[in-house]
Amino acid sequence: MIESDHLTKRFPQITAVDDISFTVERGEVLGFLGPNGSGKSTTMKMITGFLAPTSGTARVSGFDVLKQPLEVKKRVGYLPEGAPAWPDMTPSALLKFCAGIRGYSGNEAEIRIADAVAKTQLSSVLQQPIETLSKGFRHRVGLAQALLHDPEVLILDEPTDGLDPNQKHEVRELIKQMSGDKSIIISTHILEEVGAVCSRAIIIADGRIVSDGTPEELAAKSPRHNGVRIAVKDARDAAKITLAAIPEVSGIDDVGDNGLFLRARNQEPIVAIVGAVLRENNIDVEEIHVEHGHLDDVFRAVTQGS
Amino acid sequence: MRNTMIVLRREMAGYFATPVAYIFIVIFLAFSGTLTFFFGNFFERGQADLQPFFQYHPWLYLVLVPAISMRLWAEERRSGTIELFMTLPISLPQAIIGKHLAAWCFTAITISLTFPMWLTINYLGNPDNGIILAAYLGSLLMAGAFLAIGSFISALTKNQVIAYIISAAVCFIFIVTGTPAILSTFGAWLPEQVTRIIANMSFITHFADISKGVLDLRDLVYFVSIIALFLALTAVAVQRNKAS
Repeated sequence: MIESDHLTKRFPQITAVDDISFTVERGEVLGFLGPNGSGKSTTMKMITGFLAPTSGTARVSGFDVLKQPLEVKKRVGYLPEGAPAWPDMTPSALLKFCAGIRGYSGNEAEIRIADAVAKTQLSSVLQQPIETLSKGFRHRVGLAQALLHDPEVLILDEPTDGLDPNQKHEVRELIKQMSGDKSIIISTHILEEVGAVCSRAIIIADGRIVSDGTPEELAAKSPRHNGVRIAVKDARDAAKITLAAIPEVSGIDDVGDNGLFLRARNQEPIVAIVGAVLRENNIDVEEIHVEHGHLDDVFRAVTQGS
Repeated sequence: MRNTMIVLRREMAGYFATPVAYIFIVIFLAFSGTLTFFFGNFFERGQADLQPFFQYHPWLYLVLVPAISMRLWAEERRSGTIELFMTLPISLPQAIIGKHLAAWCFTAITISLTFPMWLTINYLGNPDNGIILAAYLGSLLMAGAFLAIGSFISALTKNQVIAYIISAAVCFIFIVTGTPAILSTFGAWLPEQVTRIIANMSFITHFADISKGVLDLRDLVYFVSIIALFLALTAVAVQRNKAS
């Protein structure tokens, strides 16, 4: 379990993280969203014990990161932003080093390393110096290091950054597989990722939490949520007048040559009413489609509005 | 202890993963040989000891040791690996001592490779090998002090070149305050007590005793204290600067 307890970090120029509190239970995958420079990485650095908070604290499985940093570090697998790794080492040497520091030796270390290598598909580059590896492979080395000790808590700062679409898919599958018995935080600015792996999403802007909920709840905040898009055969303007009379429709936009988008008042479902009105007035439609909110819209709305 | 050793091993592997280690060793040996034979009047003195060899060690270290210590922390910070390193379950003292010991062991390997010098002197005459051993020990202790200073300065900057130059400058001060030229200058207008304190702060003063074969406890305490002090300062610097 991860608890962020009023974490605050002030730098001389700015307040990077401003009183952030949240809890991530076992089995939860928290997506940490926010524009660049909003304080995502700083928050993660404080939870992992790399950076001391100005005030507040974080706890991992009940251990306070300020009072028992080593206990926290033992329980956390952390992929720092950009997956830093010693360039002159090979992935094999790096994983052996981390296994040693994590207290494994001999057979157990071998098994742990083999497992992490298999999960991140690193076997082909194990003996190459890390500086010669592609960004994708370097990232997977960082990921392997974070998974090595099968930690209770995983904190991954942009885990799919620099990966190709196939690799992204694999990493997401990996996160989903592991999510059952771990608490996971991933930061990302790829919003599709949130829907794909996260059970909960927090959006932060200027160091504060501006939104917290399941990806569905977040998407529902989109002004387009539950809107209906239709393509009419002809007489679009006539149809528009008829449909605008429906009280549940808060507005209509033109889409392309013959499409209309009906915005739902208060994001309530309107497709049934719209369907009924279309039939009553014998308006022929070629296509009818219910929109679900886009996280992008919500992201822009909450991070720019604040 | 275990973690310290693991860090030590990783760092040592790091030295030998690149040509840096080999270049360093070759240059150290070439310089120390040149200084001993051409400037130290090794043969002309007609004495069976290694005084001409050891007297140049402070100056050799001044130029070469900062080249080892400059990367200790500066490189970790520049490349961001410090974030990986400092979020592993390892304490700050373990990390700092492990790194310092690795640099020290590497220096010890380099110094031990000057053994042909010792063979030569034993072939040419009958030196007091106890004195030579004491001098080697003293030289190693002094190298440890140089490295501790270098470690601290490396933790203050992300730039290895800056770390090198500042370390060399600080070490220069620690050496030069023990030379007769500087001491006589100070002696002209400072009370004798103060001059003696300045002389006692210098590596040269303490190393001179040891290299003559006098293993005085005060000299050992001096070098060990310098190492402890600068490693403690390294801890403060790493803690303060690691994330910036």
